[in-house]
Amino acid sequence: MEYHAPRSLTEVTDLLANAGGRAKLMAGGTDLLAQVNKSGHWPAVLVDVKHVPELTALRWLSGGEWSIGAAVTGARLRDSVEFAGAWPGIAEAMGLLGATQTQNRATVGGNICNASPAADLVPTLVAARATCRLVGADSERCVPIEEVIIAPGKTCLRADEVLVEIRLPARAASAADAYLRATPRARMDIAIASAAVNLALDSAGRVSECHVALGGVFPVPVMASSAARTLTGWSSEDDSDTMARFKRQVSAACRPIDDARSTAEYRNEVIGVLAARAARLAWSRAAG
Amino acid sequence: MKHQLQFRVNGSTAILRCDSRDTLLNILRDGLGLTGTKDSCSAGSCGACNVLLNGDLVSACLVLAVEAQGGNIETIEGITADDRVQSVQNRLVESGAVQCGACMPGMVMSIKALLDATDSPSSAQVREALSGNLCRCTGYDVIVEAVKAAGVSQ
Repeated sequence: MEYHAPRSLTEVTDLLANAGGRAKLMAGGTDLLAQVNKSGHWPAVLVDVKHVPELTALRWLSGGEWSIGAAVTGARLRDSVEFAGAWPGIAEAMGLLGATQTQNRATVGGNICNASPAADLVPTLVAARATCRLVGADSERCVPIEEVIIAPGKTCLRADEVLVEIRLPARAASAADAYLRATPRARMDIAIASAAVNLALDSAGRVSECHVALGGVFPVPVMASSAARTLTGWSSEDDSDTMARFKRQVSAACRPIDDARSTAEYRNEVIGVLAARAARLAWSRAAG
Repeated sequence: MKHQLQFRVNGSTAILRCDSRDTLLNILRDGLGLTGTKDSCSAGSCGACNVLLNGDLVSACLVLAVEAQGGNIETIEGITADDRVQSVQNRLVESGAVQCGACMPGMVMSIKALLDATDSPSSAQVREALSGNLCRCTGYDVIVEAVKAAGVSQ
């Protein structure tokens, strides 16, 4: 196996273009090396992208947007007070991924490009309306994150493309997000179902904008748009009718399966509970 | 592809050749004979191979040896230099927190990473810091109690 640790984005795209589909990108390696250790199948060319400045920058832009380099580690995101203030749900998803030794290496771009249906970070980024900047040897495009992950383990990236940064839109004054998941163990486990809610409130404390994304209940992390619309005009102080309707619509957006970790029936039930709790949590953060 | 590697390990310079496919865990154990770092799950799930790379706790099974080029590595064999970690180790032994012992080097490295980052960690912080270490013998409580009894936490 050839190992390369380029220092610039041009070197990365040149390496990918020259490798003709035989190269794998690695950032933290927490998914890739675990898979290789198990399978024994090494890529012909490995391109380690964690020394490329564009991929390691974490920036709060003047317009209020955030730019997260694809190779920013979970620990950096989790520990940034400014970031966690703006996007507490994304920060808490990162704090739930593996444990300290995982978060010190695992990266935001890696969690996206590994394309697991149960990736902790992805539902929070979908709910945040994140876009991904993909750069190839002669191309550049920005793609909404829900279009990047197309199937379990598969992304829309061409063999010559690299995910460079993730952009998050600017926040309204009263806005917040939250992420909750169900796992048999509290830590070092993969979510059997997870829900991210991102909402903004008007001056009366009612939901003016809401996005809901679910993990572990569909072949890819999925938006629950009709459920999210149900919460328009909702306040956490309202009676529970809206919330009951919201839970039903969240379950309707799912297509869960039975597997070693849980059953479709349980996933269908618990996802509504998680989404409802995440909505209340996001509301109280936005109101506070 | 072969690489000439140089890094610091437990305060000494190590120079060796490795293959691109070698993990940091392989070369610590097989290249340098530092077998205190345990090879258990090879998937980053158990914490038994935890070491510090440039001050950060990492699973040595999920780091390539070439990624350690020029770096500073601390393993369980180098832990004697740290008085606070030593007192935790003593308490782990005295209180019977160690049974089969396979998880212990990784546990101690997680505790070191915690104490390096936090002066007087709370009980919750101790539990969080050890949440990535599997122990199949003790049930964890006695390990957490031993860390608290060593007087390094609140």
